[in-house]
Amino acid sequence: MKTQRGDHNEIKLSCRNVWKIYGAQPGQFFEGTQGHVADAGQHADTIRKADHIVANADVSFDVHVGEIFVIMGLSGSGKSTIVRCLSRLVEPTAGEVLLDGEDLLKKSNEELIDIRRHKMGMVFQSFGLMPHLNVIDNIAFPLKLQGIDEAERYAQAERVIELVGLEGRENNFPKELSGGQQQRVGIARSLAVEPDVWFLDEPFSALDPLIRKQMQDEFLRIQSKLHKSIVFITHDFQEALRIADRMAIMRDGAVVQIGRPIDLILNPADDYVREFTQDVPWERILRAEDILEDGVSQSADQGRVSEGTLVETLLPRLAGNDGGVVVEASDGTTLGVATARGLAAALAAGCATDSSVQEG
Amino acid sequence: MRFNLTRNDLHWLGVICVTLICLALQGELTWMAKYPKDLILPISDWLNAIMDWVVTYLGWFFLGISWLLEWPIKAVRFVLNALPWSVTAFLFCTVAWAASGWKLAAFTLLALLYMLVIGYWSESMNTLSLVAISVPLAILVGFIFGVWGFFSNRAERAIMPMLDVLQTVPSFAYLLPILMLFGFGTVVGLIASVLYSFPPMVRNTIVGLRGVSPEVIESGLMSGATPAQLFWQVRVPSSLRQLLLGVNQATMASLSMVIIASIIGGTADIGWEVLSTIRKAQFGESLLAGIVIALMAMVIDRVTAGLAARSGDYDPDDKSFAQRHRYWVVALLGAVLFFVLAQIIGILNEWPRNWEISPARAMNEGLTYLVVNFRDQIETIKKLAFFFVMLPTKIGLQGAVSPFTWGFELTLPIKIAYAAVMFALAVWAASRGRAKTGIAILLFAIVIYFGLTGMPWPALLLICAIAAWKIGGRALGLGTALGLGFIVVTGIWPEAMLSVYLCGIAVLISFTLGTAIGIWAAHNDTVSTIIRPFNDTLQTMPLFVLLIPFVMIFKIGEFTALLAIIAYAIVPAIRYAEHGLRSLPENVIEAATMIGATNRQMLWQVKIPLALPVMMLGLNQTIMYGIAMLVIAALVGTNGLEQIVYIGLSDGDFGVGIIAGIGMAIIAIITDRMTHAWSRRRQEELGLGVE
Repeated sequence: MKTQRGDHNEIKLSCRNVWKIYGAQPGQFFEGTQGHVADAGQHADTIRKADHIVANADVSFDVHVGEIFVIMGLSGSGKSTIVRCLSRLVEPTAGEVLLDGEDLLKKSNEELIDIRRHKMGMVFQSFGLMPHLNVIDNIAFPLKLQGIDEAERYAQAERVIELVGLEGRENNFPKELSGGQQQRVGIARSLAVEPDVWFLDEPFSALDPLIRKQMQDEFLRIQSKLHKSIVFITHDFQEALRIADRMAIMRDGAVVQIGRPIDLILNPADDYVREFTQDVPWERILRAEDILEDGVSQSADQGRVSEGTLVETLLPRLAGNDGGVVVEASDGTTLGVATARGLAAALAAGCATDSSVQEG
Repeated sequence: MRFNLTRNDLHWLGVICVTLICLALQGELTWMAKYPKDLILPISDWLNAIMDWVVTYLGWFFLGISWLLEWPIKAVRFVLNALPWSVTAFLFCTVAWAASGWKLAAFTLLALLYMLVIGYWSESMNTLSLVAISVPLAILVGFIFGVWGFFSNRAERAIMPMLDVLQTVPSFAYLLPILMLFGFGTVVGLIASVLYSFPPMVRNTIVGLRGVSPEVIESGLMSGATPAQLFWQVRVPSSLRQLLLGVNQATMASLSMVIIASIIGGTADIGWEVLSTIRKAQFGESLLAGIVIALMAMVIDRVTAGLAARSGDYDPDDKSFAQRHRYWVVALLGAVLFFVLAQIIGILNEWPRNWEISPARAMNEGLTYLVVNFRDQIETIKKLAFFFVMLPTKIGLQGAVSPFTWGFELTLPIKIAYAAVMFALAVWAASRGRAKTGIAILLFAIVIYFGLTGMPWPALLLICAIAAWKIGGRALGLGTALGLGFIVVTGIWPEAMLSVYLCGIAVLISFTLGTAIGIWAAHNDTVSTIIRPFNDTLQTMPLFVLLIPFVMIFKIGEFTALLAIIAYAIVPAIRYAEHGLRSLPENVIEAATMIGATNRQMLWQVKIPLALPVMMLGLNQTIMYGIAMLVIAALVGTNGLEQIVYIGLSDGDFGVGIIAGIGMAIIAIITDRMTHAWSRRRQEELGLGVE
């Protein structure tokens, strides 16, 4: 189901020690530091004591080419601010944002407009459609701003309309569309300029649960065709699990943990992350490769499964067979043996508290 | 909390003591009763001197502008008068059709036919030509200022007070300087109308541009919009509806000012027709002309409001050229057709004189019959109101009560009894934990006994300043003291009290009656539906017109003014009461119902306390409307500041007129700030959204 896994290491967008402070004189805390401070948590506390609001504290992460990078956090965690820092809709107080290795924060306004016109696309929670433009004009709006003539921009818009499945709706106005359809327009508009980097700020949060799931599938389908480098913001952990190649969890403006969803589930950095992960239906997340037990010998009667097999489907076989099953990679090489004990160990890492581990 | 309250109450008791001392001493110290003439600052003379200087040395400049502006007015006037009426009428109907549909088009046609048949076509066109020039100017000026205020907070802080002053200074007062600078003629009406009508456009522009959702702005930015593109292609189109609301309000203000400006005469427009016929006591004629104005206002209001409402409807553009531009096509073809027809058929070109019908004579006769036959009843109503409400407020019970009016003399025992009863009432209220009510009763008793004009000015100034301080904080208290101080030292205090007295009674009655009707309408959909068109009509009606029916029956005088003010000021009271009650949070009502509140309990203990802040905004508007109408009511003979303004205008005495005008603006602004501050504080206490 995942279109891309995090196996490509070319960095598209990089966020380095980004701080965003609101208050009377935010700059005073970072004179000459570029956002590098020894103890970020302590520095943030100092700033808060000086009656300033810390929206983002020392946020650093990389987004690889073609990956879906999800930033998950509850409201007030600074996730919307950080995505706006990445696109400079909000000016960071300190730090660097590197797009293809160039610092975005050093660009002039003209250069920035040019970058936004050609390299970036953004989808908004409440869609942000122009109420006075119909579907096709909304989608072609970024092209119009670039001065592209009508015939060409309609041709280009028509292509993305097809991509998001809005054929036949070209002449409708936003208020005539359902929420899901409006967000399709928002998605199409953000893709019309064929951007490299795609920002989605809680794109499906305003939609009903059923529509939301549909749109997630749709989104993954589109990404499987386009391979954009994506920053996806959400407050919904389940949504993050469904779509993320890698994800970051944010709290109080700072990143708590970054990793693949499975890393977070199996090795939550702290109790805060564990709060999210403990209710996860692990049998639908864990795959055969995640429950290998070391030092178990293989025998012919064990049977073989591929690494991506969900534990859910393996359970009957594990229950009836102490020896486990052999797990092989997609190229046929053997990775190891998945056993009931391995499963228990994986779950223990994700759920157990320190004290219960010691008892064991 | 309790301690604070008592300290507050002590302050007020102190104020009452000072008031009583002032009252006791004003026999001895006459400066308290009447501000000494020698100490009046001759500000009006200074102002006149400045004005003279400006007129002498810079007059050429203003006359030049006047001369320039004269041309477009003349041109539009010429075109509107020269076109066959059928062509003009057709174009207006097409606009109405485009704005709102065939119903409004039909209404427009009927309104135009009325103007034609009654014989006021050319006067109406003259009025319209002035509006046609003033509205685009006002919109342009308003939009520019609005955009400036939107982008710069500093500019906004400078613009907003200016708008307040422009909208509260009585309309007659700023005709004065314009008259002196630009000379007589239609240009005065034009400039006054632009000055009066651009403020709503500024406000709506700022509100509209502010209201664009941040995500729409962000999506514009992310689409790579340059600052100019962001403004013209994102902000402006997204706030179009609000901008068009501004156009609607500016147009209505413009029309009403154009009508008022006709008081300077020589304009041959419909406002002049109303005024001159009122002056000649030809009430039938004035009513007929007044109806023209009312119809004009209704059509213009519905058309511009329709355009604003429609601005959200966009047509799918997969249609042919003719379909997309159908209104233009119809307008053009129809205009040409009617133009040709008018050359052939004379009636379509100019309505024949002998086809005009004027029921004015019949109406006058009917009116005379009515007034003669019901003289006793009319006189009784007038007398009752005068002796029992107006006179006591004005000169106090001590002057108003006499055997001739109330049927008994105000002897010493009665005086003592009055004082004792009032004092007992106050103490009783205070003992029930309602100290504020007690204090209010005492103050009311004192003012009613001595009358507004009988109160020493230092006492009233103190009461107002303390009230402002308690409600709106130190700045408002100080501002109030300074503002009223200005009224005192310029020597217009007595007239100011006369204005306050008349307007105060009118506002009190309007608010009580209006709120009662509003409560009724909030609980009864039928009542609400019946009342709405009345409210709409009263609100769009230019103020002049409202005077006509009252002056017809009750003749000239304060009572007529009172009724006219009530008729106009009652509208916001009704509206806000109904709106406040209808928009209460649903869950609170449900909770109260489930607790088992009876209808009466629900109204008095749940709904009204919660809706009170909104009702206070209604009171605010009631006062503002009252003051606006009071200015116009000067025409039917009142004695307050408004009369000084009016006299200043007819005598061309700039200084006196402007001082009185500023005095009225001061009173308006103080009451506005006080009611607003109260409403805001109350809303915050209740945790409701502040409007």
